[in-house]
Amino acid sequence: MSQQRTQIEFAQIRPNAWDMALIPLIFFLLTLLAYGGTQMTTPYDVGQPITISLDPSYLPYYLLRSALRMAAALAASLLFTLVYASLAAKIKPLERILIPILDVLQSIPILGFLSITVTGFIALFPGNLLGVECAAMFAIFTSQAWNMTFSLYGSLTTVPNDLIEAANMFHLTPWQRFWRLELPWSVPGLVWNMMMSVSGGWFFVVASEAITVSGQNIMLPGVGSYIALAITDSNLGAIGWAILAVLAGILVYDQLFFRPLVAWADKFKVETMPGEQVPESWVLTILQRARMFQGLLALSGRLLRFVQHLGQRPQRDAKFFRSIGPRFTLPLWFDPVWNGILILASAAALTKVTIFVSDEVSWAEVWRVLAYGLATTTRVSVLIVLASFVWVPIGVWIGIRPRWAQNLQAVAQFLAAFPANLMFPVAVIGIHHFHLNPDIWTSPLMILGTQWYILFNVIAGASALPQDMKDAATNLGLKGWLKWRKFYFPAIFPAYVTGAITASGGSWNASIVSELVSWGDTKYQAVGLGSYIAEATGNGDFPRIALGIAVMCLFVMAFNRLLWRRLYVIASERLRLD
Amino acid sequence: MNTSALASTTYLLDLANVKKSFRTPDRKERTVLEGVDFRLAEGEIVALLGKSGSGKSTLLRIMAGLTRANGGQVLYRGEEMTGPARGISMVFQSFALFPWLTVQENVELGLEALGVDAIEREERAQDAIEMIGLGGFESAYPKELSGGMRQRVGFARALVMRPDVMLLDEPFSALDVLTSETLRADLLELWDERRIPTKGILLVSHNIEEAVSMADRVLVFSSDPGRVRAEIPINLPRPRDTESAAFRQIVDEVYGLMTSHGRQAAGIDQLTIGYRLPATTPSKLVEMLETIADQPFDGRADLPALAEVTELPDDALFHIYDGLRVLGFARLAEGDIFLTPGGRALVDAENDHRKAIFAEHLLQTIPLATHIKRVLDERPKHNAPEERFLQELQDYLTGDEAERVLEVMVDWGRYAEVFDYDYNSGMLHLPEDDEDDGDDDSMERSGDDGHVQGADSPSP
Repeated sequence: MSQQRTQIEFAQIRPNAWDMALIPLIFFLLTLLAYGGTQMTTPYDVGQPITISLDPSYLPYYLLRSALRMAAALAASLLFTLVYASLAAKIKPLERILIPILDVLQSIPILGFLSITVTGFIALFPGNLLGVECAAMFAIFTSQAWNMTFSLYGSLTTVPNDLIEAANMFHLTPWQRFWRLELPWSVPGLVWNMMMSVSGGWFFVVASEAITVSGQNIMLPGVGSYIALAITDSNLGAIGWAILAVLAGILVYDQLFFRPLVAWADKFKVETMPGEQVPESWVLTILQRARMFQGLLALSGRLLRFVQHLGQRPQRDAKFFRSIGPRFTLPLWFDPVWNGILILASAAALTKVTIFVSDEVSWAEVWRVLAYGLATTTRVSVLIVLASFVWVPIGVWIGIRPRWAQNLQAVAQFLAAFPANLMFPVAVIGIHHFHLNPDIWTSPLMILGTQWYILFNVIAGASALPQDMKDAATNLGLKGWLKWRKFYFPAIFPAYVTGAITASGGSWNASIVSELVSWGDTKYQAVGLGSYIAEATGNGDFPRIALGIAVMCLFVMAFNRLLWRRLYVIASERLRLD
Repeated sequence: MNTSALASTTYLLDLANVKKSFRTPDRKERTVLEGVDFRLAEGEIVALLGKSGSGKSTLLRIMAGLTRANGGQVLYRGEEMTGPARGISMVFQSFALFPWLTVQENVELGLEALGVDAIEREERAQDAIEMIGLGGFESAYPKELSGGMRQRVGFARALVMRPDVMLLDEPFSALDVLTSETLRADLLELWDERRIPTKGILLVSHNIEEAVSMADRVLVFSSDPGRVRAEIPINLPRPRDTESAAFRQIVDEVYGLMTSHGRQAAGIDQLTIGYRLPATTPSKLVEMLETIADQPFDGRADLPALAEVTELPDDALFHIYDGLRVLGFARLAEGDIFLTPGGRALVDAENDHRKAIFAEHLLQTIPLATHIKRVLDERPKHNAPEERFLQELQDYLTGDEAERVLEVMVDWGRYAEVFDYDYNSGMLHLPEDDEDDGDDDSMERSGDDGHVQGADSPSP
């Protein structure tokens, strides 16, 4: 019996034809990883120039470096998510601190922070490039982590009660329960959010590689720096090459990483709707059929099992398991005390910031910055409205045609991942050529990359409309405006709100790079909060950066609370289709 | 098993004076179970019957060690229960399978958690899977299986633990009639032929026939707070003929017990605002009255016969009976239901007049309806936010239950045209009585089937 078993295992390890295709690929990937990794830790001092070449033959290498940064940031985000979300979901008193913090973190404009964090990271690794690398990765991390964490927290708190009871009934320890129930339950949502994160991350890769610290330009080898240099040199050809490179990068990430991941995550979905397309991936198929890889997989599976059962208790003979005490409830005094601490802390922080800022900045300027905030708010609002007018009808039109929807949704998703800042130079040339007003014409830049979120969410919403409802609408003879008003708009509203929230958040962030654009020596600046922060960053003027970020935070949060959250509640309560 | 002399006197499960209460959001206590005594002896199947929300599922979870009682004593084989016990397995109404694990992995999970090594695990899981009739489906995922097959996995998963006691939480109620009958028969066969090591089974159910066909003892559970109200031993040999006179007689008896109310005689006047309105609709109430008034019942119906005619599940029936009783349209006695003069009047009336009769009974018998009407009358704008009433209800009920009760209240109130509710604003208000109102008109017409739903009313 046992001999037979070993034979089977041995046979599993013998390579088959699928392996032949895989082995070179895996070795190649490993080599690349190792090479890129060593390049990250080369010695470096601030001020020492890093030469970036505009020769397109360097681009694959730059792309590799950028992709690695992205991967490292994603890994960090995942780790952060696992720890942070679990703590928040499991420990009640912590939940009340961690979730509001996350909410605030989510609305902080990351790009404004870059020059502050980079100083800290350089101090952390003196004389090594790793400090700057870390700062760039941190920027990408901050663009990826929050929505993943919210997703996992949301999933962890909505694990069905009967599954929890089954897990308890079968004596899983809390550790085992996490690995066997709670994490698998959360996988589909988490994978989807990782995909969204990476899609947004490309923008930050491009924006975070060329950093200005106290007047010094640091350019990390990567696509972002390549573009920054191409802009300074007014080299249009190089921009074209960079666009191609990033497109390739997104494609590779999608095919080698996310497609397999999404296809795999499908097994964690509790129920597949009839008629719903099961996601497929050629990479996953190869992986699942390659024998050698199966061996590796079994090995890692065993490792995972080991991790899962770390909490094993030698309780095989005990009659009862984990005792269940009365559920922990917060004492009555907790609320007032906790609120008091919070108020004190925020008051202290406010004073500190006020002192820091007011040493440098006059009250008149504070009012001016608030006015800038209003200017940027106007831009964001007008653009979201305009983009909605354009993309909602188009999205619905595509969504109700299944064959179009399938292909075009992927395209829209792809466009959302494409870092719009690559297109900025084109806009600048246009403004220059036609002598346009930069206050108006730089504005579309901030929605250039984020409008696609509206489009693909609307497509998704419209394609999910039940056939019955579409038939009923036709049967009732609904036509034209009436049909849109009474059927399509309300039906896709929840999907639209989701898309618009993402688009608006992204636009705020993009304002920092889109209100101040340049091409060679030509510079255009629009009046607004984004350009204020960008200028302060360029000058290394920390009090003004702090002021700008604080004001932007304020505006974003107000925007979220007053508009988006309410729309979201309406959407999820009244207009859900189920 | 080496049965000592002691074992014969030690019950598998022994509950004495068990109490369970929950805290409402504003930290008030709500008692779900009180003074529950229960014993499960070796070799018996006991069925626990009760309406939904009577606390029988809570009691089951206390026995499973999933939640803890607030008072009284819970013993498993003579020892105080402190958590899920090794010898107790549970089967869930919703199956509660792990969708990302195959049948084999689902069945092995409990063994794995115990640290049983891979080879033994696999063999034991194989045995359980074969025994329950799932052979060949080891590598399937639950979502590939039908409901009946999924519940078979649920049973295999419980049986593989070689449980002393099996707790079944309405395991057949999510299955269609035929499937559940087959599965029940298969389980009883395993039990009667002693092919499973299980010494005792507790079945929670709201299906009277299911309980009577399986159990050696049926316990009838009452609600608010939940306690065991009656016990009926069943000494018929298994498999039981559900058409036999002896079987029908026991079913009749259980129906009688389920519908008799200790507090009924004085009952109606003593209802509070927090009375848990039964989950049923005016249209169902009226339909039932019509059925009882019609041939062959002619105003008085035998409950099992009525169940057969209406083809409704027991649970739904009891809610309807409850509704008719509290509204004073019908009375229950000795396993029969019969119309009161009020009920007769409603059946005989024209559609418009029916609403008036319903409204009259509603305001007379249901304190919550009277209360809402009074508040709305007193307010200058004749409206009030739902939160106001929800908060009052939460003095008696948990948050979810309060919402459910108010929902039922709105449904009844709308039918009676006593008050109305605006879903978008969450406000209750008096109905507008202007004749030329288009909405009002359409409500009258749709009133034919009793479902009064305005343009923006939620579907329940």
